[in-house]
Amino acid sequence: MIQADLNIVLPEVSLAIFAMLALMGGVYTTKDKAAPVILWTTSLVFVLLAAWIGFNGEGTNAAFGGAFVDDGFSRFAKVTILLSAAAILVMSQDFMTRHGLFRFEYPILVALSVVGMMMMVSAGDLMALYMGLELQSLALYVVASLRRDSVKSTEAGLKYFVLGALSSGMLLYGASLVYGYAGTTLFAGIFSTVNAGDISLGLLFGLVFVIAGLAFKVSAAPFHMWTPDVYEGSPTPITAFFATAPKVAAMGLFARVVHDAFGGAVADWSQIVAFLSVVSMFLGAIAAIGQRDIKRLMAYSSIAHMGFALMGLAAGTAEGVQAMLIYMAIYVTMNIGTFAFILSMEKDGEPVTDIDALQNYSKKEPMRALAMLVLLFSLAGIPPMVGFFGKFYVLKAAVDADMAWLAIAGVVASVIGAFYYLRVIYYMYFGEERDALNGSMPMVNWLFLVGSAAVMLVGVINLFGIEGLALAAAGALVN
Amino acid sequence: MIGLEHYLTVAAALFVIGIFGIFVNRKNVIIILMSIELMLLAVNINFVAFSSYLGDLAGQVFTLFVLTVAAAEAAIGLAILVCFFRTRGTIAVEDVNVMKG
Repeated sequence: MIQADLNIVLPEVSLAIFAMLALMGGVYTTKDKAAPVILWTTSLVFVLLAAWIGFNGEGTNAAFGGAFVDDGFSRFAKVTILLSAAAILVMSQDFMTRHGLFRFEYPILVALSVVGMMMMVSAGDLMALYMGLELQSLALYVVASLRRDSVKSTEAGLKYFVLGALSSGMLLYGASLVYGYAGTTLFAGIFSTVNAGDISLGLLFGLVFVIAGLAFKVSAAPFHMWTPDVYEGSPTPITAFFATAPKVAAMGLFARVVHDAFGGAVADWSQIVAFLSVVSMFLGAIAAIGQRDIKRLMAYSSIAHMGFALMGLAAGTAEGVQAMLIYMAIYVTMNIGTFAFILSMEKDGEPVTDIDALQNYSKKEPMRALAMLVLLFSLAGIPPMVGFFGKFYVLKAAVDADMAWLAIAGVVASVIGAFYYLRVIYYMYFGEERDALNGSMPMVNWLFLVGSAAVMLVGVINLFGIEGLALAAAGALVN
Repeated sequence: MIGLEHYLTVAAALFVIGIFGIFVNRKNVIIILMSIELMLLAVNINFVAFSSYLGDLAGQVFTLFVLTVAAAEAAIGLAILVCFFRTRGTIAVEDVNVMKG
């Protein structure tokens, strides 16, 4: 019995054990000199686990009485999380080394937060949800303030901690109400209570609190206040990490809660999610216009992108979940490339984040500027880049679910949002002459930058078959 | 007779005090940490009250998890606060403002 359960959670258990062994190894050997070894083994382990989960997983398996679910949906999310985390780790080595931040704890904390993320997308019980979420968050609070001697980084960590703890508290209060009024913490049990009759007021209250807590974690407006500050203050590789894997995990958890537990009350939550989606899209598009710092810009961009992903969820259908998964996979790929570029924005060894510094960049580095152009077009959702298809799927899901107004709002917001992406392109190609940035770019980052730009162009053919995978994943979740 | 609703009222009141402690307080980050703790304890009262009302143990198990995580959270919060104090020299809430959002 326990043997079968452990077999299902084996990937998570192995990663957790690996993280602890790596910690021991780091402490008892050469400390920070071991950091490159630990970093590369961690990303290797991530890739191996992704391959294991992706190729080996089959069907729907529940462990520990349904508290942990391994199904197509969780596998899709886990593979995305593991691969993006591996990419970010590999990309960050050069930056971390040059800025004296390369401590051996960094890859270990990332590995632990990835364990939390894998728990989150597999949660089948409110307890598993909470434990996964906290494991992820606690590790992320620490990496946000990794640069201990910088006011900005510690302030980012402090802000992230306070607002993250507040959101966990709200989520937990909602969880306690859901438990009280449904009589169980299992998602399957909540699902049958919701289906059995009309949903009680207490349960609805609990649902609203849980959604508010989750909206904090995906940084959907109006719960987004922490995002720009944390993105700006954290060291850039960590900002890159924040913008990718945790977002996938939080969206996966969001989808799990609303479909697995409250799938019988779509009408009740779909309006709330649609509201979050509209506010995020517009806030992300409008508030970014005044930003001059590229990391803050990416923060608002991620708020807007989360709005689009939530639009897929608001549709409340399997098609919507499929669209959300496709959107998240594309979003993560775009962000990895974009941050590979931002990591190289340096002048005389100092990181520069002001977008004015990009003026006339294309003259000096035509290849990098071209790759960034493709990525920014894709982020803005301009066809024929793949980013357009991500938006296309969520808009189609919203229209098919009779939410045409939501789709129209999305199109308007994406037109407004295109402005600030295009402005960066304008600076790079038609900006005035000035001392250009002279940051070097290691081979690995260059490969990620050009690779993800190439994916944005080549992916148009068939999206690398991700559509079918996402469909199967969504089918496993929505029934 | 003290029933379920009394416990829920107390928990709701504590929870709201906790939230107000975070938003209204302009003095000290330590008070924010205390408010967070208050929120989590309010949730625990809820869980235990429901657990006893329903005759179901899951709520009490959840409470133990919450207590453990709250301890870890406080440890990490204080550690970050110490780092912040070292660089900034103050822990007043109005001085957490190097970045404006």
